[in-house]
Amino acid sequence: MTGVLPITLEESRKIVQALLHSGKEYICVMKLHGEVAEKHVKTVLKEFEDIIYQRPPVRASVKRQLRTRRIYYLDFLEIDRRNVLFRVGCEGGTYIRKLCYDVGEVLGCGAHMQELRRTRGGPFVEGGDIVTLHDVAYWFMEWQQQKDESILRKFIQPMENALALVPKIYIRDSAVDAVCHGASLTAPGVLSLETGINRGLMAAIFTLKAEAVALARPVVSTKDIMDMEHGVVAETKRVLMPRGTYPKCWKSGEI
Amino acid sequence: MPRSVAPWETERKLIMKAEDKTDPRYGHKPEERATEEYIRYGVINLDKPAGPTSHEVAAWVKRILKLEHVGHGGTLEANK
Repeated sequence: MTGVLPITLEESRKIVQALLHSGKEYICVMKLHGEVAEKHVKTVLKEFEDIIYQRPPVRASVKRQLRTRRIYYLDFLEIDRRNVLFRVGCEGGTYIRKLCYDVGEVLGCGAHMQELRRTRGGPFVEGGDIVTLHDVAYWFMEWQQQKDESILRKFIQPMENALALVPKIYIRDSAVDAVCHGASLTAPGVLSLETGINRGLMAAIFTLKAEAVALARPVVSTKDIMDMEHGVVAETKRVLMPRGTYPKCWKSGEI
Repeated sequence: MPRSVAPWETERKLIMKAEDKTDPRYGHKPEERATEEYIRYGVINLDKPAGPTSHEVAAWVKRILKLEHVGHGGTLEANK
């Protein structure tokens, strides 16, 4: 299997959970075990859009219990005899090998996954800034010799890019260090926020300089936060910025 | 049946709640991090080759860049 595999360096490993839960897109070749009319294949593929049930395969890194996964779209692209090419956009943790098997069962002839390429992982897509291992090795060597920073930026991007699809809350400088110490974010610290923030879903706390401060779990929605003057808006889950980057503006409780 | 909306098709708007400035003495824009810091807070959009596991690929990057912790976001099966 080939394609988009976001690699996190050192500190940026803290955003891995945001990437794991993010949606994926794949291009897949499915091999049918019998002759099936194109029209039938198209119809059955469409039936797998929206919510599907999947039991993780035997060789899986998660507990093998039936779970639901959302298929955002499943587009038939081509059929050549027994090979079917399709594009699928799905929730993180969807097993495409399993999906092919299940499509084969519904078709009646059986099928298996022949080839798979991931064309998207969260905000990262194939094309544009994607690089190969050879690029990484070559540019790293070039950078070491020339000490030209622009070479480094050809293949390494700020971890903030990995959070592009996560709704953001921008906060005051004075609220940053408390969050870096693990404190919950309260309403007075909020300057602006994106739509789509909801209780329990992941959000990211950012500074006005667009630096990531922490991953957080909002306890209220975007609309609620707009109306709040005090109180907790989000619980800090994963601190990304080192303590002391911004000055401490909070009082310690020991007076 | 209408197609469901993928996360990357969701449009988000920024809503202002209050105004304030940021002090240039603290922190800096992600693109303006000093070299070492830029690497430590960096990610690579890598095109995984066929053959090695995702884990092996991450280990290769770690060795190439001479770093201590390199991970990956979302396993892609090894074979093929």
